[in-house]
Amino acid sequence: MDMNEIKEIFFQECEEQLAELESGLLKLNDGDRDPETVNAVFRAVHSIKGGAGAFGLDDLVSFAHVFETTLDCVRSNKLEPTQDVLKVMLKSADVLADLTNAARDGGSVDESRSRTLIRELEALAHGEAPAAAEPAPKLAAAPKAAAPAPVVEQPPVNDEGFQPIPFSFGDFDEEPADHYVPTVQVAFKPKKDLYAKGNEAVLLLRDVSRLGEMSVYCDMDALPTLDKMNPEEAYFSWKISVTTDKGEDGVRSVFEFAEWDCDLDIQTIEEDVVSEATGDEELPMQPVPFDLSMLDDGGAAAADEPAVIESDAAAAVAAAETATKVAQVASRAAENAKAAAAASAASAAQANQAAAAGQTIRVDLDRVDRLINLVGELVINQAMLSQSVVENDTNGTSSINMGLEELQQLTREIQDSVMAIRAQPVKPVFQRMARTVREIADITGKSVRLITEGENTEVDKTVIDKLAEPLTHMIRNAVDHGLEMPEKREALGKNPEGTVRLTAKHRSGRIVIELADDGAGINREKVRQKAIDNDLIAADANLSDEEIDNLIFHAGFSTADKVSDLSGRGVGMDVVKRSIQALGGRISISSKPGQGSVFTMSLPLTLAVLDGMVVTVAGQTLVVPLTAIVETLQPEASAIHSFGASQRLISIRNSFCPLVDVGRILNFRNTQANPMDGVALLVESEGGGQRALMVDAIQGQRQVVIKSLEANYTHVPGIAAATILGDGRVALILDVDAVVAASRGQSLKQDISLAATG
Amino acid sequence: MTNAVKTLTHGRELIAFRIGDQEFCVNIMSVREIRGWTQATPMPHAPSYVLGVINLRGVVLPIVDMSLRLGMKPAEPTVRHVIIVAQVGPKVVGLLVDAVSDILTVTPENIQPTPDIANEVEKAYARGILAIEGRMICLIELDSLFPHTESEAA
Repeated sequence: MDMNEIKEIFFQECEEQLAELESGLLKLNDGDRDPETVNAVFRAVHSIKGGAGAFGLDDLVSFAHVFETTLDCVRSNKLEPTQDVLKVMLKSADVLADLTNAARDGGSVDESRSRTLIRELEALAHGEAPAAAEPAPKLAAAPKAAAPAPVVEQPPVNDEGFQPIPFSFGDFDEEPADHYVPTVQVAFKPKKDLYAKGNEAVLLLRDVSRLGEMSVYCDMDALPTLDKMNPEEAYFSWKISVTTDKGEDGVRSVFEFAEWDCDLDIQTIEEDVVSEATGDEELPMQPVPFDLSMLDDGGAAAADEPAVIESDAAAAVAAAETATKVAQVASRAAENAKAAAAASAASAAQANQAAAAGQTIRVDLDRVDRLINLVGELVINQAMLSQSVVENDTNGTSSINMGLEELQQLTREIQDSVMAIRAQPVKPVFQRMARTVREIADITGKSVRLITEGENTEVDKTVIDKLAEPLTHMIRNAVDHGLEMPEKREALGKNPEGTVRLTAKHRSGRIVIELADDGAGINREKVRQKAIDNDLIAADANLSDEEIDNLIFHAGFSTADKVSDLSGRGVGMDVVKRSIQALGGRISISSKPGQGSVFTMSLPLTLAVLDGMVVTVAGQTLVVPLTAIVETLQPEASAIHSFGASQRLISIRNSFCPLVDVGRILNFRNTQANPMDGVALLVESEGGGQRALMVDAIQGQRQVVIKSLEANYTHVPGIAAATILGDGRVALILDVDAVVAASRGQSLKQDISLAATG
Repeated sequence: MTNAVKTLTHGRELIAFRIGDQEFCVNIMSVREIRGWTQATPMPHAPSYVLGVINLRGVVLPIVDMSLRLGMKPAEPTVRHVIIVAQVGPKVVGLLVDAVSDILTVTPENIQPTPDIANEVEKAYARGILAIEGRMICLIELDSLFPHTESEAA
């Protein structure tokens, strides 16, 4: 495994840690005060810092370090995680993610942003309330910590309950005297490994000297005479005394990556402070309290503390005693039993830990794709086999038939399980949206609350990946255009804090994602005017509300008056619509003036299989996606009406629906087929319009594996993709929307690139 | 660098095939496999030389009638016809030919320039002519037959 692979693993882990960090912070934001949540957040930042240190990613390390310090204050109850504090932390989490991405992809990060946050974080660590404006430099801020100033700055939501907290014992080192700065003494004796690993004592000393006033004494007693000296040995040791407001932690962090390769003893010299404080003060020093408590379960039991496992062991002891009357043997047996019980307790604890940690594996997506392809092949082969057996059946071969049925069941099960491997909850995408909302709310000065529901709803990974972009754009729109400014909302009698609700749920084999805001809704007058200006509609066009709302999906349509930072980047709702359609999905909008808009997206659960109706058209087998079909019907002569020169309509329950001959539109035949000879599929298309697609016959319904046509051929107008049927032949999957559009007079464009020359 | 140029400079192996009474060859490095003819599913709006698509172990493979593509009369595929599965740029294409005849090892000296009587169609694909044991074999560059321009997004 080379360095790059290790680095890649580190970045993958970072992604998980960042997700953990964000979800932890959001939980805290929702009022969760479970110490484990705080610990999880702390751990996430800590492990990112550790890994980043190993790879020499200095920017990442220094930011993570400041972040970690502040989180440690929360962990040790020095800092109350108020909304304002969490706001800074969430922003810090964003920057940490940016820094990680920059470290991986080589991009750069807005430095002023991270610098501001570092200042804010440091201010928080020193007990200041987050400053709204330019924060004061940290040294000047330190003395202020003792004053009850933070209470004054708190928003009214926080009542007096907050007040006592800044005075918790954790603040002792800053509390007793305003100007008290602790002196830390360090005994530092490097081992030769320290130098062997490329560390340099001088650099460490220099780092310590940056913390505050320092005096150093170098102990050269161990230095041998020149002829006996081994150049690879370490002979010097140092005694350092440094006066620093960073305290022991600050000094220790200097030695963080060297501490295994030296003898290190760091102590705070207590002067004016009561001596008990030492004990208290060590608390925040302990690596991670969580780890200790884990040890208590198994480790302590395995050691000499039988009390923990007494109840388990008691039975064994009693059994052993009744079994043998000889005292000596009994006691030995009891001892054995005890030991066994202790061992099993320990191993059980280990197993628990292992189970918690190792229930997932990381798999390259390519491998899963290959597996899915192979299973698709298996399904097809199985179907081919069944078909040929049925064709050659000579009766009395029930065992073959039974075997085939079992095979069919098995392949279907394998297919389902393989598909499930790719299914993932939409949670990561939704979490990214939380960040988008925060950023846009910040830029626009709006106050927004994002509510997510159903984030554990599972969808195919490829769908999730392609969902992020359109969702981001829609969220941006919802906050930027949808929600009103807080003052305006208040004036309208609404909650000044706007709400954006993101919901995911399964509905009849599809996933439905809804994005609702409680803003102003679509300004139909404005949209209409804009459409008229852009020649999209005639000035006197009579449009329904829905039709007007749908105008925003037109290319080049933007309701923003000015091109702001957020909109006008050339990405309009038309692009959103197109990317949703590319996923085989639909998007619709409903809006109520003054109450907000709801965007509803309906997407397939996977891009790999599709429920289709297999039909015959002009001797060819085609597959029509089942989701598009409303009903099928056998036309009767009395229901068919001619319209104009060549159009025909079919009357269905007193409404007239245009007939579309699929074979004609796809150029499979040159004349219109007789509708009486075929079957009509009533389909609903994107624009909401209905069409009756004429096909020659319906073969049946079946789940088909979608195969790309573009991979080796090219996009074919009217055809969405291909699939492979039971007989091994390729069948084409109809692009219903394109066919319906073609029937409206838009021709299916002939852009076959293979025809480019010749 | 195109396959043909590589062949010219390094002297590689070529696969020769027959269409009607003419022989052609392509760089062996672009040939993935050779298989028998199976009925193809016709594609709507396809150029006439695209016979349709077949299933190549789960991959949708377009089949091109080489005879028609090279400006000759359309092939009437039978079970004796073969499909040369070739890599052309990022895509894999099946070439329908009458038969595969030979594997040739050639050096640049074996290849004579295309005669200047050729009209535009022949000039477009012919990269040279080989004279081997009294046979004349035309070297084809697949890249120029099927330029892999990205299809325009609809």
